[in-house]
Amino acid sequence: MATQNTKTLARLMMAPSVLLLLVWMVVPLAMTLWFSFQNYNLLDPSNVGFAGTFNYEFFYTDPAFFQSIWNTLVLVLGVLFITVTGGIAIGLLLDQPMFGQGIVRILVISPFFVMPPVAALVWKNMIMHPGYGVFADIARFFGLQPIDWFAQYPLFSIIIIVAWQWLPFATLILLTALQSLDSEQKEAAEMDGANFFNRFIYLVMPHLARSITVVVLIQTIFLLGVYAEILVTTNGGPGYASTNIAFLIYRTALLGYDVGGASAGGIIAVILANIVAFFLMRAVGKNLDR
Amino acid sequence: MGSITLKNVSKVFGEAKVIPSVDLEIKDGEFVVFVGPSGSGKSTLLRLIAGLEDVSGGQILINGKDYTNNAPADRGLAMVFQSYALYPHMSVRKNIAFPLKMAKLDQSVIDKKVGDAARILNLTDYLERRPSQLSGGQRQRVAIGRAIVREPSAFLFDEPLSNLDAALRGSMRLEITDLHHQLKTTMVYVTHDQIEAMTMADKIVVLNRGNIEQVGSPMELYKTPRNIFVAGFIGSPRMNLLDGAYAKSKGAHTVGIRPEHVTLSKESGLWKATVSVAEHLGADTFLHLNVDGIGPMTARAGGEFGATYGDTVYVTPDDSKMHRFDDKGLAIASPLTGA
Repeated sequence: MATQNTKTLARLMMAPSVLLLLVWMVVPLAMTLWFSFQNYNLLDPSNVGFAGTFNYEFFYTDPAFFQSIWNTLVLVLGVLFITVTGGIAIGLLLDQPMFGQGIVRILVISPFFVMPPVAALVWKNMIMHPGYGVFADIARFFGLQPIDWFAQYPLFSIIIIVAWQWLPFATLILLTALQSLDSEQKEAAEMDGANFFNRFIYLVMPHLARSITVVVLIQTIFLLGVYAEILVTTNGGPGYASTNIAFLIYRTALLGYDVGGASAGGIIAVILANIVAFFLMRAVGKNLDR
Repeated sequence: MGSITLKNVSKVFGEAKVIPSVDLEIKDGEFVVFVGPSGSGKSTLLRLIAGLEDVSGGQILINGKDYTNNAPADRGLAMVFQSYALYPHMSVRKNIAFPLKMAKLDQSVIDKKVGDAARILNLTDYLERRPSQLSGGQRQRVAIGRAIVREPSAFLFDEPLSNLDAALRGSMRLEITDLHHQLKTTMVYVTHDQIEAMTMADKIVVLNRGNIEQVGSPMELYKTPRNIFVAGFIGSPRMNLLDGAYAKSKGAHTVGIRPEHVTLSKESGLWKATVSVAEHLGADTFLHLNVDGIGPMTARAGGEFGATYGDTVYVTPDDSKMHRFDDKGLAIASPLTGA
């Protein structure tokens, strides 16, 4: 009986927060769904009515639609690639015993504390600026023509900025995983004649598989909605070269004042995110079961 | 082929001198056990031989050749770790095959060797399993299998049985001894358990604070311990060490009497004692006694000796098997060579 009571009590105590979370999720989703089938433009608020699938057709036939999907995927995959490989490399370095380890680790984590618009502005005005950015100075030092990053490689520039922000997260997770590797296993592999490269392939990488999965899953969730970095640097351009789905929705909603169209875009983004999640779980989810 | 020679080997960790200086000769085919309490440096010594730690001074010769500064893999030694250190994501087959794969042998050769090792260790039915699906004893055998396939010149065991339960420990002890008879390869075995040392070793090395206290066969150490430390460490239950007037009367600072080297009687004897605890094991009875004028003492009686708490018994030590030690703790003269 005591257990029964505890269970009921536990459910009662959890109910408010579960309810809150549920409402928080369901209400915006339901409203978005509702608006996506409405003809609702803020420039003409009196003319509201059922629109059928017009909003979806409108969003789908937007010339930027397919490019923004492609940009979203390139952005997510590019940042994942840089953060995971970089995270493993930096993690391996930080796992070595060295002087001032604690300070170095805090320094490595610090980019994570910088909020995205600030980070993007710093990169835009102090690092990648063709006139007085650090990269331009370096290029001039070698006698080269400075690169106008946001004009010439807009999407790649955003990938670099976002990767810089997420690298500490990946490093932190992968470093803790590296530290949990049993030292006797490493020594056994050493006795078995495995050199550093073989130890990395056969021992470290399988051990890291689960943490890499966690990094990939969590980062994908956040990277699908990258927005602030685009807004403060390229503003989606030139043309649509650096517009992703989230930014396209913003454009439709707040620059076109088209609530219905933006809602349809939001629903499309939700569906796309679910498709990505489905393939992601199939590809790497089995690593979590062990 | 597998002789190991340590010359003047020392190891310093920062300020701490873990091993001041050790000389040791391990002959080909010997089963040598390093035994000592925790912190005695026995594991460090093994890791120095393996090459997992660098020596601070001295030389390590394997088969007469200097390997002091060689990497662990080059020394031709195989090690079995306390935690088994199996690779968790590999099947048993791949675990055992790993050192062969690293040596870039042909797949056919690898398959044959893994099959042979699995047969010797009764692992044939488990080759496709993961380590997490095996019992402690089976994991231990996989770890041994991974060592066997390399055909090393010597096996190093670092407290391999300490994670097993008592029954399994007993049977694994037999299996390892049996394996030594089959392979006839040098084995160096580290343990803190003197029963493992006594039952398995050809030669025991007793270590204390990084120093070798005594080297010898199990019975040598039992019969003629060189000092009080070895006397107290080898033998179970521990030897009784008595100071005071009685020791003086025997011309020693301390005398040592093993629990099995006393005669017990309920009628008469040299000392009168009260039983404080009686442990009836069936074949034996261990009596923890309080001897009048001497103090606490342990004695072994036959299984039929029916004494319980509070009983009065009489104890007579066997003078011919008594050990005598001087004030520095060194044995004065072996009791068997005439005390």
